[in-house]
Amino acid sequence: MNILVFAEQIDGSFKKSAFEAVSYASQIAQAHNGTVTAVVPGNVADDKLAELAKFGANKIVSIKHDNLNGFNAETYAKVICNTASAEGSSIVVISNTYSGKSVAPRVAARLKAGIASGVISMPNTNAGFVVRRSVFSGKAFADVNLTTAVKVLAITPNTFNTLENAQAANIVNTEAGLADADFTTKSVEINRVTGKIPLTEAEIVISGGRGLKGPENWHLVEDLANALGAATACSKPVSDMHWRPHSEHVGQTGITIKPNLYIAIGISGAIQHLAGVSSSKVIVAINKDAEAPFFKAADYGIVGDAFEIMPKIIEAAKAFKAN
Amino acid sequence: MKILVCVSNVPDTTTKVTFTENNTQFNTAGVQFIINPYDELSLTRGLELTEKLGGTVTTITVGLADTEASIRKALAIGATDAVRINAVPTDAYFVAEQIAAYAKAENFDLIFTGRESIDYNGGQVCGLLAEMLGLPSVNVITSIEIDGTTATMERDIDGGKEKVSANLPLVVSAQKELTEPRIPNMRGIMAARTKPLKVVEPTTSELTSAAVGFELPAPKGSVKLISVEEAGSLISILHNEAKII
Repeated sequence: MNILVFAEQIDGSFKKSAFEAVSYASQIAQAHNGTVTAVVPGNVADDKLAELAKFGANKIVSIKHDNLNGFNAETYAKVICNTASAEGSSIVVISNTYSGKSVAPRVAARLKAGIASGVISMPNTNAGFVVRRSVFSGKAFADVNLTTAVKVLAITPNTFNTLENAQAANIVNTEAGLADADFTTKSVEINRVTGKIPLTEAEIVISGGRGLKGPENWHLVEDLANALGAATACSKPVSDMHWRPHSEHVGQTGITIKPNLYIAIGISGAIQHLAGVSSSKVIVAINKDAEAPFFKAADYGIVGDAFEIMPKIIEAAKAFKAN
Repeated sequence: MKILVCVSNVPDTTTKVTFTENNTQFNTAGVQFIINPYDELSLTRGLELTEKLGGTVTTITVGLADTEASIRKALAIGATDAVRINAVPTDAYFVAEQIAAYAKAENFDLIFTGRESIDYNGGQVCGLLAEMLGLPSVNVITSIEIDGTTATMERDIDGGKEKVSANLPLVVSAQKELTEPRIPNMRGIMAARTKPLKVVEPTTSELTSAAVGFELPAPKGSVKLISVEEAGSLISILHNEAKII
């Protein structure tokens, strides 16, 4: 059995999510006596490609083409599926990043494969091919049986560990076989926020709600985030009032996150908000209302005035960092 | 300009999720259903575009007759007409096949889906549908403008935004920020009653996946409270006890 992994490159390098996907595929391969092939659309240097072998890729198919450096769902799906056919892959693993979410269903449709996205478990093959995924924005889990010969698994980032399982770096350069007409969408401009940790990749997230009274008080969130190397987030009312950008809104209609640590300051914990954060490993709630629903979902709580509490925590965090 | 908006009928965001039939079925008892919030944004943006450029906005829903309240609401908000594929939406693959079968003959210029439905969160219909129709797709868009046959969009990427252009016809998925949802007015509600709602029987489709069971997350243990005076000790607790920093 061959397992194909789409290893997404960004500016010629891989993110942790790509190594997680290779590690995930490698574990399936070990359990089922299979091999792992990683496919990399876009120009990546050999020493970078070799990193994939460290996490268990037996073969790395590099498809170098200037127009593949930027993401394009349709052409990426094409080259991934061409590789899947050439390798005879029966499982395709894709990290469910924004690009992954965009390409995975296209791959599934091309291969006529059953697809599960937001996967949070290894496949259970005792009865069929069952994977667990998060549903109702984190309010529940569903076990899904994929009944097709070829399966596509879009795994949730930050869920599976990267596991070293070094293989010899077997890098194969393959022609893209694409014409200009294949590039149906054009990337005009990319703006990445620099110097800040993206919310979806953050291991620690500090989040503020209406209890902070106004955008001018966000230094309380930012100072703690800086001290702990965390990303910042907010509740829906805060982004609706434009105190913070929509991209920071976590919850059912915003971003679903699962960091190791989530600290909620002045957020009551409405069911829609909890849905987006409840998979966090440890939750701390800080709220002046002892009856706030967040205290029922939190591991640690401080009942009191955030303006009195936060300076103490920030000071302790800075001291901790200094040590 | 001919626009198709895919509308999913989902439980209201405040729903307390429970399951029946030995945890194999979502318990719909007492649940209020709404238009999937991202689909509502798609619909509104579709209307804004046709108001500027002329054209029609058709909605399409895969669901049984109980989805018609949401479909009528979409008509009340302003959709020109609606299509309902008369089938239970078993999974995204099935839904996309049904919509593709209908859309194939209709030559839509632009097809909107939501970024995901807030119940099963697959986020798959946009890509599946585009591939089945052989069209380009751009997902999680936060803006879209049309100039002639070219669409210019902004989409979310990990850690930022990307400006993308593509020629029509095109399939896109709506992310928050695309626009503000519209509330239907009395005239819209009255007009919706007589707008065309076509019911189409499903095409045959092979099963690709099946949900075999559901589970609710384990309840959290009780919260450990720290006093305001000792607030600074949170950091050492997170380090020594929770071992998380």
